[in-house]
Amino acid sequence: MQLARVLGSTVSTIKHPVYAGCKIMVVQPLDLKLKAAGRSWLAVDTVGCGRGEVVVVCDEGRGAAQALGHDSLQPVRSIIVGIVDYVDLEDGTHLECRGAQA
Amino acid sequence: MHLARVVGTVVSTIKDEALKGAKLLIIEPLSHDLKPAGERLVAVDAIGVGYGEHVFFERSREATVAFPDRIVPADAAILAVVERVDL
Repeated sequence: MQLARVLGSTVSTIKHPVYAGCKIMVVQPLDLKLKAAGRSWLAVDTVGCGRGEVVVVCDEGRGAAQALGHDSLQPVRSIIVGIVDYVDLEDGTHLECRGAQA
Repeated sequence: MHLARVVGTVVSTIKDEALKGAKLLIIEPLSHDLKPAGERLVAVDAIGVGYGEHVFFERSREATVAFPDRIVPADAAILAVVERVDL
C-alpha cells in the first residue's frame, strides 16, 4: 500500500454499478516526509476521509471488490483503506498526520 | 516474494473492517545481498514482526489472502521473518 494525501473528490453521475454510492477521491502519493511524490490518481473511499487527510491506498482489485461488498472480482482496483493518525520510523522520526495539511 | 526490512509503522484508527487488528508497517525492499532496492511501501503484517527485522513479503492479489479467516484490502503482506540468506 501507499501513503497519500486526499486532494479532493470527483463527481460522476453515469458510472459502472460497482461504483454506486461510492465517493471517489483524488489522491496524491506521498514519500516518508509526507511530501508529494509522483502523479495523483483516483481511489474509492471506504472509510469516510476528507480533503487534506493522509490515507493508506491499496492498489489491488480483489481486496477492493471485497471491501465494497462483492464476492467476485469487479472493475475497481484503487481503494482508500485507512486514515493515518501518525507514522513512526526507526530513526525516531514521528510524523503526525491528523490535522496536518499540505 | 521479495526481501525487505521493516523501517516504520503506520497507525490508523479509522480503517477498513477487515484490517482491524492488523498492523500496517513500512518496509524497504532489499536485494539478495540485503541492500535497499526500491521505493518503501506500506504492508500489512500477517505474522507479527518488529522494527529492523528482515522479512519477505508478497505483493498483489496474493496479499489479500494472507489471513486465514478473511480477505483483506491490501496489496502487500509480510509473510515471514528471514533469519539469514545463504548465497
